[in-house]
Amino acid sequence: MTGRGAGPAPVRVEFDNGLTLLVQENRTQPAVSISVAVSAGAAADPPGGEGAAWLLSRLLDRGAGGRSAGEVADLLDLCGVSPAVGVTRHTTTVACDCLAEDVDAVLGLVCDMVRAPACSDGEVRLRRGQLVTRLRQDEDRPATRAVEAAMALLYGDAHPYGRRPRGSVDTVAAIDAGRLRDFHAAHFAPARTTVVLVGAIAAPAAEAAVARATDEWRGGGRAAEPRPAPPPPAARRRRMIPMPAKAQVDIAYGFTAVPRSDPAFHACRIMNLVLGEYGIGGRLGRSIRERQGMAYYAGSAFEASPIAGPLLVRAGVAAGNVDRAIASIDHEVDRFARDGVTAGELADAKRYLVGSLPRSLETNAGIARFLQNCEQFDLGLDYDRRVPELVRSVTAGQVAEAARRTLASDRAAIAVAGPCEAE
Amino acid sequence: MPIPPPAAGNPLVSAWAPPDPIEAVLDNGLKVLAHEVRTAPLVSVWCWYRVGSKDEPPGFTGASHWVEHMNFKGTAGIPAGEFKERIDRFGGFWNGYTWIDQTTYVETATRDALDAMLFLEAERMDRCLYDAEACEAERTVIISELQGGENDPEQLLDVEVTATAFKAHPYRHPTIGWLGDLHAMTRDDLYGHYRRHYTPGNATLVIVGDVDAAEACRAAERRFGPIAAGTPPPPVRATEPEQTGARELEIVREGATAYLKVACHAPGVTDPDFAAMLVLDAALTGAKGLNLWSSFRGPAPQRRARLYRALVDGGHAAAVSGAFVPTAHPFLFMISLTASAGTPVGDLRERVLAELDDVRANGLSPEDTERAKRQLRTRLVLENDSITNVAHQIGFFETVAGPGVLAGLPGRIAAVNPDDVARVASLRLAPANRTVGVFRPA
Repeated sequence: MTGRGAGPAPVRVEFDNGLTLLVQENRTQPAVSISVAVSAGAAADPPGGEGAAWLLSRLLDRGAGGRSAGEVADLLDLCGVSPAVGVTRHTTTVACDCLAEDVDAVLGLVCDMVRAPACSDGEVRLRRGQLVTRLRQDEDRPATRAVEAAMALLYGDAHPYGRRPRGSVDTVAAIDAGRLRDFHAAHFAPARTTVVLVGAIAAPAAEAAVARATDEWRGGGRAAEPRPAPPPPAARRRRMIPMPAKAQVDIAYGFTAVPRSDPAFHACRIMNLVLGEYGIGGRLGRSIRERQGMAYYAGSAFEASPIAGPLLVRAGVAAGNVDRAIASIDHEVDRFARDGVTAGELADAKRYLVGSLPRSLETNAGIARFLQNCEQFDLGLDYDRRVPELVRSVTAGQVAEAARRTLASDRAAIAVAGPCEAE
Repeated sequence: MPIPPPAAGNPLVSAWAPPDPIEAVLDNGLKVLAHEVRTAPLVSVWCWYRVGSKDEPPGFTGASHWVEHMNFKGTAGIPAGEFKERIDRFGGFWNGYTWIDQTTYVETATRDALDAMLFLEAERMDRCLYDAEACEAERTVIISELQGGENDPEQLLDVEVTATAFKAHPYRHPTIGWLGDLHAMTRDDLYGHYRRHYTPGNATLVIVGDVDAAEACRAAERRFGPIAAGTPPPPVRATEPEQTGARELEIVREGATAYLKVACHAPGVTDPDFAAMLVLDAALTGAKGLNLWSSFRGPAPQRRARLYRALVDGGHAAAVSGAFVPTAHPFLFMISLTASAGTPVGDLRERVLAELDDVRANGLSPEDTERAKRQLRTRLVLENDSITNVAHQIGFFETVAGPGVLAGLPGRIAAVNPDDVARVASLRLAPANRTVGVFRPA
């Protein structure tokens, strides 16, 4: 990595069982960031078993590799470590920071969590109950309801991107320990796993430690190709979700954009930055929040994804402002598709994207996330050196073309949740 | 298990070295703290003000937070709309937050942005515009922020429990303010609050990163030196009387999940009992560390924490967390619980109070105490993993606690023993010191 002043370039090792290790030595702190990612996420949930990947993720640190749940807890708490287990549609990631003096023990445990979770009946019952509570909380949150409804409108209820990533109370209730173990056996394999270590650890020591922790793990192949996104819809769709007891309405308004591998990816990034991120929410924030004072938040996000990922505009507004806010989003979206980006906006966006790179590589955890991203999307270990030029080479014409392909108010998927009327 | 035991006698043989910034005080009273950290080609600038929601009189609640919003809306030297873009152009990060004791603004960007950051903060200190139309537009933004919070039953309960726990101290009102005050606030109210509190003598400027510290102080003097000293605002005099009996409240509203909070009056950061309370919180709910900016954004290590084992592993709660934050005046230790589906919230209430009563009666085991201290030792390293975090900690403790307190905390934590924790638990977890709040779905 070139963003750091210290440490050699990252080292990549591929083990006989197919597992990949990336190591970046950095001795600015007596700590190591550990990230273990498996190419298995909510998109792998079987029909009727939605929520399996999420529930499995809650079980990973509840007994693993022959250790009981209590023994895992003892080790984690003694080291002051709290692994964050994240599930996206395509990936399950266990990430944590620990003191360098504890790295062998913590790394071994994290690898065991991914390789051999116990999934005991009792723990599955407990964590399933917690997930049901979480699902009920989701159902009570207008922002979550709006985003989930917009994703279903964009991709369809049956597509992995259109389903609720944590499943439903009914589907989760039907997942038992046996089904979770089957899910793990089918989708968690060394050839789908990338271990990233960043911090006060040398590459040879890291390689030896990972070999010790994963040498006996065999089986499985690479992850299946993801199901493509459906073609963009021909018409505008809108769904209202009345939640009368809530104080504020959340709006999610979206389109499908391009896959991470598309040559137009960086043009789409710049388009999204100008539309809904730069400053305090880009053009959308300036209009809805700054000029009209309608919302605490208004902006957009574009998700890098192996298939055409979503570009979602979101805003939180008072119930009486819903139509005005949606009209403002329509206006900005259509204006962008019609007029593209100004020279000044393009220059600002490029400076931001290039200038923010050192910041994203400031911490061990930031470097680990960056390296996982490079591996997931096959960007190469020199991506930090190449990305400035990739960004700088984007033209106004390419951004305008991306906007014409993506943004059109008459094809938007719109979901509104909160104290609003039903359609 | 290949983990060595804590070093005998002192489990905080420090893995973390507290920063030792150089200090300059300008003629107008502004304190500048600059610290070199050459790990990345970045600089973080934080400008701190000793003004938070506790500095607001009745009828003007929410003024500090609203002022923070207005201070992004243009100055005599920076047109409205350009404020954030000036930092974005460097790929920088910017933000600000207001809480009970402090308001602060941050920019982290490449080192060539240092003078742009200092210019922006100097403008913010002295030359914000407070355009009447912009103030009016921000009213609905802030009310939207308040209502967004009210959409979350847990936040709603937090506000109500805090307001019930305090009778006299202004910590009782929420940082965002009460809705009626937000409707009544005028442009002149906001501008007056800004002028009273945004003076050099009421501020601390922190610069950390890939800079020469002495040169950074000189650069700060060039930008901030011309600002007039102003008059220091009067300190908050109110003190909270001792609570004389248990307090309870219940919110019944439409919702899907029941929540429970237990708030206990707790020591401020300079109180001799602060470190023991920190260890007690870590043992009950997991160690969060001391960095308000970073540590609360990730989960605490809590699988062996007392309340987690009893209530989450026991299947009665889906989640438990604790909040005990360094504050200037005595604030609260807040325990938050989400009831499991099917668990009556009354049952959860009895269970958590029984656990607290048991800790009051019997204290913690030496193992629990040592685990909590070891967790805190780790958190002190991990929560200082970036120049932004290091700069936050320097400025936060200077503003809320005063000089020297941050550097002394590892030693204070190391010195805590089980008897200290037992004494603090007996005092602080007592029924007469507690406020219990319930959110019950209708």
